[in-house]
Amino acid sequence: MSVDLTWSSAVALADALAAGDATSVDMTQACIDRADAVDDRLHAYLHRTNERALEQARAADDRRKNGNLLSRFDGVPIAYKDIFATKDVPTTCASRILEGWIPPYDATVVARGHAAGLPMLGKLNLDEFAMGSSTENSGFGTSHNPWDLERVPGGSSGGSTALVAAGGVPWAWGTETGGSVRQPASLCGLVGVKPTYGLVSRYGLVAFASSLDQAGPITRTVSDAAALLGIAAGHDPMDATSYPRAAPDYLDGIDSGIEGMRIGIVKEFAGEGSQPGVRAGIEDAYRVLEKLGAELEEVSLPSFEYGISAYYLIAPAEASSNLARFDGVRYGYRTAEAKDVVEMMSKTRDEGFGDEVKRRIMLGTYALSAGYYDAYYGKAQKIRTLIIQDLAKAYESVDLIVCPTTPSTAFKIGEKSADPLAMYLSDIFTVPVNLAGNAAISVPCGVSADDGLPVGLQIIAKSLDEATMFKAAFAFEQSLGWAGTDASRPPLDGAA
Amino acid sequence: MSGGADAYETTIGLEIHVEMATNSKMFCGCPVAFGGEPNTRTCPVCLGLPGSLPVPNEKAVESTIKIGLALDCRIAERSLFHRKNYFYPDMPKNYQISQYDIPLCLQGAVDISGDFGSTRVGITRVHLEEDTGKSVHVGGSGRIGDSEYSLEDFNRAGTPLVEIVTEPDIHSADEAREFVSELRALLENLGVSDVRMEEGSLRVDANVSVRRIGEKEFGAKVEVKNMNSIRSVGRALEYEEKRQREALDAGQTLVQETRHFDEKAGTTSSGRLKEGSSDYRYFPEPDLVPFTPGDEWVETIRATLPETPAERRERFAAHYGLGEYDIGVLTSSKATADWFEAAAEVYTGEAKKVVNWITADLFGLLNEAGQELHETKIRPQQLARLVGLVDEGTISGKQAKLVLEEMFTSGEDADEVASKKGLSQVSDENLLAAAVDEVIAENADAADKVRGGQLNTIGFLVGQVMKKTRGQANPQIVNDLLRSKLSS
Repeated sequence: MSVDLTWSSAVALADALAAGDATSVDMTQACIDRADAVDDRLHAYLHRTNERALEQARAADDRRKNGNLLSRFDGVPIAYKDIFATKDVPTTCASRILEGWIPPYDATVVARGHAAGLPMLGKLNLDEFAMGSSTENSGFGTSHNPWDLERVPGGSSGGSTALVAAGGVPWAWGTETGGSVRQPASLCGLVGVKPTYGLVSRYGLVAFASSLDQAGPITRTVSDAAALLGIAAGHDPMDATSYPRAAPDYLDGIDSGIEGMRIGIVKEFAGEGSQPGVRAGIEDAYRVLEKLGAELEEVSLPSFEYGISAYYLIAPAEASSNLARFDGVRYGYRTAEAKDVVEMMSKTRDEGFGDEVKRRIMLGTYALSAGYYDAYYGKAQKIRTLIIQDLAKAYESVDLIVCPTTPSTAFKIGEKSADPLAMYLSDIFTVPVNLAGNAAISVPCGVSADDGLPVGLQIIAKSLDEATMFKAAFAFEQSLGWAGTDASRPPLDGAA
Repeated sequence: MSGGADAYETTIGLEIHVEMATNSKMFCGCPVAFGGEPNTRTCPVCLGLPGSLPVPNEKAVESTIKIGLALDCRIAERSLFHRKNYFYPDMPKNYQISQYDIPLCLQGAVDISGDFGSTRVGITRVHLEEDTGKSVHVGGSGRIGDSEYSLEDFNRAGTPLVEIVTEPDIHSADEAREFVSELRALLENLGVSDVRMEEGSLRVDANVSVRRIGEKEFGAKVEVKNMNSIRSVGRALEYEEKRQREALDAGQTLVQETRHFDEKAGTTSSGRLKEGSSDYRYFPEPDLVPFTPGDEWVETIRATLPETPAERRERFAAHYGLGEYDIGVLTSSKATADWFEAAAEVYTGEAKKVVNWITADLFGLLNEAGQELHETKIRPQQLARLVGLVDEGTISGKQAKLVLEEMFTSGEDADEVASKKGLSQVSDENLLAAAVDEVIAENADAADKVRGGQLNTIGFLVGQVMKKTRGQANPQIVNDLLRSKLSS
């Protein structure tokens, strides 16, 4: 039986490997060929490791022959957002300041990928240090949305979503701080997961805002997301904030349906603020959930409207400290000429960081400075507590909460880049979840009637209740019947 | 108005950094050790590489709690780490993981013998943090500002570092020295640190101010750094105290500043001026979770605390009947006190005799050889045996000194050295009688004088017998023999 090596899900590819219908080398080569064909238009990759991936693929094929598989997915290729440290492979965070840095170690997410036998195809574009919603802040050029090359793929994990959506790799790892997986997944018609804070180790994930950062799968199907999360999730002794136990198998019981499940609709997100096409798509999605037997009711999350404000104090504050280490002393970029060490550090940082990163470092430095700490950072932490309390209250009556992932479909490159505030607001529905630490997923609900671009439904679960979240997302995806069809594939080849 | 020593009062508070002698560093698995080939004991975590994360060392937390308990502190029910943000090339992350408003240990005290009897120095706080790397600035003055380049060694980076801050309860250089000495003994006794000031595992900074007696406000606070031994703590603070008094006498205004002690010159010199306090932008370390030591753990740790130096001093007085001076010398370091006890344990006579042999003779030899007690070849049990030989009358005190010297170089037992040197004292009356008779015959005049009651002449005759026996005769026995033979 022949298998479509470009568009099959990772689960389907694993089945094909098991059935002997394809080899890991076949599918790895198919990914390489596909990227060769499309990446000059997408600019998804920052660094490709084709030879190494093929070598890993050959090893996976040998293991399969010898019957000593590393995992069910041994041999299914993958790519990583270029913010995960990869041993012997350049890691830039899309920043000039890290140019030339080659980490001596693998991030835990990457190490667990290797341990499961996933050949690594390369490193994917992002907004510099994951600060942005469009990849326009990349130090190495913007990625393009395969649904419309003049539009952004979203961000910050936009390189990852562009490649997965274009069939260049079945799945990829992105990271979130305020929605950087869910938002670009939504804009590219993909599944994107923000796991519960601590579920996936942050070790080797170059920090933006430590209390918010969390790695998340980017896939074309819900099952693939559940599977990829399962590969990396669970305790890591290298991360003191890591969940203390092993993760369950999220594929187990994923198809058990949502009959009788109580699902909350966020009152505050119902009206203005979203494009008509997005609103219509989401309301259709609610009806699908009802049809599946879920009971929908309104919940109120009044603190959510302060989410963006709180986020833009907490995240920059932590970033200002996390990014202090980029000083030209030991690795990465260093300015050519300086009269002393202070000037060397200042010039290195001035020349190495892009505008958005500098803006956030300055915001954060200010928010933490003596005399302002309580008014800014302290108050933002109080809002964070309120958001956690509002969610806890809502979960007294519902099992899950749903809302749009983003207020609009993919916007044009350049449309918001001159207006940071407008850009920040594209994360309005995702940011509160990062502040609370809960799990959430963005699932495609087809395309907008306005512009034919993908719309994403966000399903927010309780902390560590990924299992319920995946069940609902899976039921919705199956009922909608969009994923895996031609309609879910961007018109990239026609436009070529 | 003229100053004079009595018109001023000195106020000193100390900040002491102690490197913990844990197996591994504070937030990673790299080994803790002094020196070594630069940058060989490092990993992504202690190098602060992008993406790396800290995981706290429980043993270091335990050591800090031990110190807190030994300093009579309250242990916080809940504590956490903060980030202290500032740029410096030897700090891998450009922030230091430290503690801020909720240190692990609070409000303790140490009693020292001060200028006016026993005095209590309050401990404000004891907290845990990570050490920085080490910079060597090449060219220029040796400071970073005008050096040609700097070399960085990160072997030390991430070593668990405990900071102990005292209240400004110290009023003289002597008291400061006494406090550091007491604290060092206490830390050594706990076994938590090497406490080697010359290697930087114990570092002392002092805040010194001087004011006219009766003034309400403290004088300008001067931070004195770079004191690399207990002796230099005394010298630096003596100098600084004098400098500030003289400046006030001369009508000058003192400024808040940091001054470095110059070991060679014995003076302090101005570093950078402190313009207010730096803004370290402290905030809770988001890579770590707050921790609650819990009563149960704290009590478990308390139960493992060794005898404190103060308790040991009391025991030395009660058990061995030693005086204050001897106790002071013996307990100045745990090593010395341990050495003494090992000797005293096997020695059957009065412990005071062993003390004399240690403090007078052995210390003299160590001094000459430039050795420390732990380096000597003599074991405590061997010294005890030597003192025993003197007690038994097998050798004289004078001979014992020669034996000790030999033991010091060879490490042999006292008996072995004594017999090899033919030094064993002759106490056998039958053997000595012949010599005594010969001396009486050869010195008839003197013998007659003794017989006639001039007992002071007997010393002369003893000397003659000693001469004849090449010093091996037991002088007490000779004396007794002469008396009995010359009594009429």
